[in-house]
Amino acid sequence: MESGPITGPVLTDAAAGETPLRPADLSGVPAKPNPAVATGEIGGTFWRRFIFRRPLAALILQRLGLSVGLLFAVSLMIFGGIEALPGDFATTYLGQSATPQAVENIRRDLGLDRPWSERYLDWLGGAVQGDFGTSWASKNSVSEQIGNRLGNSLFLAFFAALISVPLAVGLGMLAVQFRNRMPDKIINVISLAAISLPEFFIGYLLIMFFAVKWGVATFPATVYDSMSFAERLSAIALPVATLVLVVLAHMMRMTRAAILNVMSSAYVETAELKGLGTFRIIARHAAPNAVAPVINVIALNLAYLVVGVVVVEVVFVYPGMGQYMVDAVTVRDMPVVQACGLIFAAFYIFLNMAADILAILANPRLRHPR
Amino acid sequence: MNLRSIPLSAWVGIIGIAIAALCAIFAPVIAPFGERDVVGEIWAPAGGDFLLGTDNLGRDLLSRLIYGARTTIFVALAATLISFALGMILSFTAAVTGGFVDQLFSRFNDLMMAVPTLIFALVVLAVLPQHLWILILVMAVLDSTRVFRIGRAVALDVAVMEFVEAARLRGEGSLWIIFREILPNTLSPLLAEFGLRFAFSILFLSTLSFLGLGIQPPAADWGGMVKDNKDGIIFGISAALVPGAAIAALAICVNLVVDWLMKRTSSLKGGRGDA
Repeated sequence: MESGPITGPVLTDAAAGETPLRPADLSGVPAKPNPAVATGEIGGTFWRRFIFRRPLAALILQRLGLSVGLLFAVSLMIFGGIEALPGDFATTYLGQSATPQAVENIRRDLGLDRPWSERYLDWLGGAVQGDFGTSWASKNSVSEQIGNRLGNSLFLAFFAALISVPLAVGLGMLAVQFRNRMPDKIINVISLAAISLPEFFIGYLLIMFFAVKWGVATFPATVYDSMSFAERLSAIALPVATLVLVVLAHMMRMTRAAILNVMSSAYVETAELKGLGTFRIIARHAAPNAVAPVINVIALNLAYLVVGVVVVEVVFVYPGMGQYMVDAVTVRDMPVVQACGLIFAAFYIFLNMAADILAILANPRLRHPR
Repeated sequence: MNLRSIPLSAWVGIIGIAIAALCAIFAPVIAPFGERDVVGEIWAPAGGDFLLGTDNLGRDLLSRLIYGARTTIFVALAATLISFALGMILSFTAAVTGGFVDQLFSRFNDLMMAVPTLIFALVVLAVLPQHLWILILVMAVLDSTRVFRIGRAVALDVAVMEFVEAARLRGEGSLWIIFREILPNTLSPLLAEFGLRFAFSILFLSTLSFLGLGIQPPAADWGGMVKDNKDGIIFGISAALVPGAAIAALAICVNLVVDWLMKRTSSLKGGRGDA
């Protein structure tokens, strides 16, 4: 975010709320590769030669390493940070009026009497192998439950992405084409309003009209194994529509800002002054330079989508990860909360990494350290 | 700046915020019924005694909406104020001190931002006991990561200016530089950011309350009211949509004002002005 922190992109960026990470700065990091990685530790000269010969592969490897490191730090924070917070699992779990004996018993039952570092290593070791322990509330295997529900959530997110990405890019380009004229203003006002709508409001509005008043959609969007593919699709129609509406506005505004950023650059002005046609300017001059930021925008919004499913699943009673996590939080079922938290964070981190890597691939200027 | 230069959209926003603020301040005077009084049958339709109908327990929806404005705006505003105080102090310290402190704060901030806000809040609220001030504090700390990032970027721009260097050579301390040199020069972009964070806080608080983790009943709050009345939707009762619309309207109003503030500050910076 080096270019003008107060101009367009930041507005939409920050409005997205969940806009994230983007480790350090998009253009800042590749410019000066992490000194610790670049020079020391990982076998000095070999790594240096590798950077010299394969700068692109080295950059991507660095990003990959950074993300994995970040994920470990996050796991430590999700587990250890919670440990450091005031309040004891057992006391909050049982409520204020619990007898000391009951608290002691439950602590021993859940293995909370062991030191936390030992429990963390146990948990991490299991998590790496895909075993998240057993739920406190239901005594079921957490991984098994997540296995069923993760697929459902991804199914939902996939279709939402499939619809919203082309729509957002198209509308964004339309807004740029008619910038500061009527279509742009209409799109701007509507998207500003859409950003301000809470997900659950959009969801219930859709339910009210499409499911209750007109009866064209099904409401509790339950899916089960024996459903056919077509039945599943009709069940998730409303949740997908909600997600699309939620993400579309953000994505469109960011696309518009990204393309406008390119359009207001000096070389486009030159092309205009040369007398080239609008279409030629967009196709030959602006588009190749706008691809990188647009891809970045899309990846960032997909990361946002992963979080958006939480509320939407609760609204539509859809059996996915988000609902599982919210239910677990209400009964303070920590193994489930931690597992879901880690998985959501992992998706988020890796989508952001994908955004970074795609930006580097699409924009050769980011590849060469200055 | 004069009143005429304010565009229509910004006026709409300002009036909307003013109405909500008036409702919040004078709630006991304006509301026809009490916040927690059961006054009629369950889910009575709008009209008659109850302008917007009643909720799932037979409480007057309009009265709860007015009291809800109080809770929602108070908590969101408190969270935003604390997050700004926290984020700005830390980011300005990082920008002025530089070096190790800057690296430490920034990397820790990156780490905090690596977990989606809602997920982070869910994990933390699962452990902490349910108190209002804990909720405000959690929202503030999570939000301050965004303030930190913006604040640091803006402050870095100012920190390299000649007048800051002059102040430094004059022998002023870091505190003086932060409050007398950097703060006044970063205030206008940060004001727009404040509005943005406030709108986000309202939505975030409502989402948490809707999920049952925010403000606890029987206190009226807009997100919680949607949760209370959501079962009525299947029967075609729109009681849940009313507080939802209130949240949306307030957030839109704040965003309209922010949009205007942003345009003003970006036009001050020159450029072709269409980005």
